[in-house]
Amino acid sequence: MEDFQIIDNCLMVKLPVEVDHHRASYICERADKYLLEENVEHVVFDFEDTRFMDSSGIGIIMGRYKKIACFGGKVYAIHADRQIQRILTISGLTKIVEVLA
Amino acid sequence: MKNEMELTFDAISNNESFARMAVAAFVSTLNPTLEELADIKTAVSEAVTNAIIHGYENICGYGKYGEVRPCFWPVNQGKVQLNCLLCEGVLHIEVKDEGKGIEDIAQAMEPLYTTKPQLNRSGMGFAFMEAFMDELEVESAPGKGTTVRMKKKIGTGAWIGSEE
Ligand SMILES: Nc1ncnc2c1ncn2[C@@H]1O[C@H](COP(=O)(O)OP(=O)(O)OP(=O)(O)O)[C@@H](O)[C@H]1O
Ligand SMILES: [Mg+2]
Repeated sequence: MEDFQIIDNCLMVKLPVEVDHHRASYICERADKYLLEENVEHVVFDFEDTRFMDSSGIGIIMGRYKKIACFGGKVYAIHADRQIQRILTISGLTKIVEVLA
Repeated sequence: MKNEMELTFDAISNNESFARMAVAAFVSTLNPTLEELADIKTAVSEAVTNAIIHGYENICGYGKYGEVRPCFWPVNQGKVQLNCLLCEGVLHIEVKDEGKGIEDIAQAMEPLYTTKPQLNRSGMGFAFMEAFMDELEVESAPGKGTTVRMKKKIGTGAWIGSEE
């Protein structure tokens, strides 16, 4: 299950085992609710549990980036395995997302 | 060695994971590496998701309790066909829909091009299919539907041949 947490000015989004279109709409919906209602500056996507991701994951990250970038917010990706890192690289997202070990 | 399978399923988002797992299980006789499996699953997921959300414009699926999610969208009828062939260590995949089709295929295949930016689509689907598979071919006609054909050589093809 995806999970949301606010730590200081960061929204931590723990992504599910499989990030596809079916799961993406729930995640975007809930993330946007937090962005709207809470005082959040940055978003951290935690891939610890994630074993699969397709372009729907890119859409989730890009969409949230667009919402916070204009206020100086940053997007981070943590615990991304090799395959997820490959996907982030091929899509060019590594230019806007800071990938941390 | 030759092995074929055909699947037809409803164009709803719940079937995206079913489709990629079916192909992963089907190809497992060729002993693919984890990376090859991940590539194949991503490519299948892209093609099947496109058929569902663009071909049939089914944005939604069914939630945990069988409810339609997101609730304000109707569920359109339509089937996605997924055919696979294993031959000489090469996996052939065909994903077919009879949905609305693509007007300009070359433009659709450009990275970052999407007709549904409001739905959090990034326009990277075809780029991923291209990157993760060896060959990609798209056939489409407006009003008729779309067929995506992909091929990927599975690394261990050689020992399968020598075993027989
Ligand atoms: N099966 C299909 N039927 C109709 N149109 C399609 C189909 N597949 C793709 N398209 C069109 O091609 C465009 C590009 O597809 P692509 O998968 O690259 O991006 P996307 O689906 O829009 O976004 P993403 O895959 O990154 O979530 C789509 O926006 C859509 O207009
Ligand atoms: Mg797509």
